[in-house]
Amino acid sequence: MLTRRLLLQTAIGAGALRVAGLPGLALAAAPTENRFVLVVLRGGMDGLFAVPPWNDPDYAGLRGSLAVAAPDIDGGALDLDGFFGLHPALKALHPLWRREEMAVAHAVAIAERTRSHFDAQDVLENGATRAHESADGWLNRALALIPSDGRRIGLAVGPAVPAVMRGGTPVASWAPANLPAAGAEFLDRVAVLYGADPVLGPALAEGRRSEAMSKRTLGNANDMAAGNLRAPNQFKTLAEAGGRLLAARDGARIAVVEMGGWDTHFAQANRLSRNLELFAEGIVALKEALGPAWPRTVVVAATEFGRTVHANGSGGTDHGTAGATFLFGGALAGRRVLGKWPGLGQAALFENRDLAPAIDMRALFKTVLRDHLAIAPPALDATVFPGSAAAAPFATRLTRA
Amino acid sequence: MSRDAHAFIAASRFGYGARPGELARIARDPRGWLVDQLRPDVAPPRQLASLPSGHSIIEEELHFRGDPEARKRFNRERVAPLFRDEVARRTRAAAESDAPFRERLVRFWSNHFTVSALANRSRPVVGAFEREAIRPHVVGRFRDMLGAVVKHPAMLIYLDNVASVGPNSPRGFRAGRGLNENLAREIMELHTLGVDGGYSQADVTEFARILTGWSIADLKFATPGVFAYRYDLHEPGPKRLLGRTYDQGGEDEGEAALDMLARHPATARHVARKLAVHFVADDPPAAAIERLRRSFIDSDGDLGAIARTLVDLPEIWREPFAKVKSPDELTVSTWRLIGSPEQPGPLLAPLRLLGQIPFTAPSPAGWPDTAAEWVAPETMIHRIQLGDLIARRTARRFDPRTLAEDALGPVASETTLRAIRQAPSAREALALLLASPEFQRR
Repeated sequence: MLTRRLLLQTAIGAGALRVAGLPGLALAAAPTENRFVLVVLRGGMDGLFAVPPWNDPDYAGLRGSLAVAAPDIDGGALDLDGFFGLHPALKALHPLWRREEMAVAHAVAIAERTRSHFDAQDVLENGATRAHESADGWLNRALALIPSDGRRIGLAVGPAVPAVMRGGTPVASWAPANLPAAGAEFLDRVAVLYGADPVLGPALAEGRRSEAMSKRTLGNANDMAAGNLRAPNQFKTLAEAGGRLLAARDGARIAVVEMGGWDTHFAQANRLSRNLELFAEGIVALKEALGPAWPRTVVVAATEFGRTVHANGSGGTDHGTAGATFLFGGALAGRRVLGKWPGLGQAALFENRDLAPAIDMRALFKTVLRDHLAIAPPALDATVFPGSAAAAPFATRLTRA
Repeated sequence: MSRDAHAFIAASRFGYGARPGELARIARDPRGWLVDQLRPDVAPPRQLASLPSGHSIIEEELHFRGDPEARKRFNRERVAPLFRDEVARRTRAAAESDAPFRERLVRFWSNHFTVSALANRSRPVVGAFEREAIRPHVVGRFRDMLGAVVKHPAMLIYLDNVASVGPNSPRGFRAGRGLNENLAREIMELHTLGVDGGYSQADVTEFARILTGWSIADLKFATPGVFAYRYDLHEPGPKRLLGRTYDQGGEDEGEAALDMLARHPATARHVARKLAVHFVADDPPAAAIERLRRSFIDSDGDLGAIARTLVDLPEIWREPFAKVKSPDELTVSTWRLIGSPEQPGPLLAPLRLLGQIPFTAPSPAGWPDTAAEWVAPETMIHRIQLGDLIARRTARRFDPRTLAEDALGPVASETTLRAIRQAPSAREALALLLASPEFQRR
């Protein structure tokens, strides 16, 4: 049995996808009714463009042609609090702010100082203090601490399970594809072939559960256009389906969705505006799809780093440090900008070029997990974000009492 | 392991699996079959011969600069059909290739030096980039490929070097323009040293200064659309990169910096690791990485020699199924097995459905290269459904048992062979073959 032996050997090297781990300690309790969505914005969203501090005296001068004008000027920012605003391309989100269903954390940065997209995304997702320090993601570790009745409350929306949701707790996934369903008996026969395979076997078993869940909720009409699911214009499709799968009574509760297109080194004004519009459309679609579950929802949209304070030589911005993180949801005590603004004066900048960090991303995530998903801070420090005790959750609650 | 098993490994782990009847031929000398594909005189695939050069496309495009309507029409009527044609021809070339190992190497290097059409402005030339900067050097020198890549208009556009201006260059001084550090950073992080290669933010900025002026010939030049060094954009004065001073002036600074980066020990380590992840395992053994690293250093970056080191890695020959195929690999190996569809629609459908349309990687880091990034629960179902769909359309053309013998030959498990034998229909037998671990892996 050459093959079987070799496949078993493979198990040692191919442990990265551990969708078949133990359900963990949360098996017995009734699943949470709260919904949480993490949107990973890949590429480094320019927080000073998306959420301009239009009233900061240094802002317009530093940003030059990329500065978003004051709210009273045509095409200017949509005011938030007299100091910060929203880029006008995010107009569709402004009503959420007025309804206290939106907040912004500004000058947020990950634990490690790196301007590499790929290391920074790894830190954003692994929840450790450095890149490559942890093989699984913080959201997967959090799943093990959230009550579930054994069903898959974690959901990855898109072509892969993002690193933040990989780990020992099995999760569901959904991606659009215009493919005819395969028969159950046929899949049973395939499952026999995958019996010894450490990657394909668990993926098929989980895939059948995922498929059953999405079919219950989304129906058989799985005809949404597939294509490059990693392209930013797919975000709305993914967000809407994710919302519906979370809204279902017996559906998932915690989802992750990705959106790219944020790495704007060149002529960013138009391209970034377009990406912000796509983002806003997706968030609105997510809210609509969540429907009655929206009041129990928190959405966090986070990126790996912000961008340089100065525009570069070509109408864009290069990789920076701190940036903006969005929070949405009916459960949120919103309409506020979190964080102590470090300012944009030359002396305040990080390494003379970037917005300085005021909030540790882990502190923000920990606050959301504490307030919305009832995970106790000691567990957050011990398992979800190990080594993060210094990045304490906020004193005030982020959600409505 | 038998010689037949070695033939399977040569075909599947280094290439895209065997075409019907091919395993027997490979079995005569599996290593020889691979090494023979690394000869410098192997001709490029005939399927690509009619595709236009990058500079000619850029020259066409330059005529539409400043006319958004004409530009839109150009994108719709010229770029979109060209992109579809390029992707179809490239897929067919791999499926029909007599040198599939070489095709895999082309894709590896093309992915290492990613230019993505997700950035619309590089879409017209992504295919030309692979044909012009990658293919000619795939068994040549790393330094030559690096130079061809960095000077190719597609890369200069994709990573924005065309927009980078020395602030004190004649043009920058007049127009108040400045640096764009995108290309400089990604050359060091992704193409050469790797993220832990020991460079700082200051090195990124200095390298960006060195690369100012590396640009594209506009319509004023004799041959528009080719690489051009533009002295009026180049930042004057000495630059300091990784502890060395570059004060040659002009284009030579960039050449000297690429010389240094290509020979840097961190580059050998970074490239060796990526090759091992691609060809050996998602988490490759240190010994394999070390042999590749040594080969890179000892051969002074001779990519043919490094490919021969891959052929000699015992780890690859011990383990036929260590990696899960990417959608691109699954697609090409399917068409190798059952023949590629004539029409571009069905030919490319699996790539579209599984989310890996060539030349559209999500970032400059390229497509992911591990099972965790390609196999999610639902995408696993999609891979199986896709095989089932293909089987529905084609099964009556084959005897699945013969085909299983051809595809999986000496390594198929008894479980898989029995399932195929006992399948209730030819369609299901073929669908099982395509779904089997022996076919989904390589």
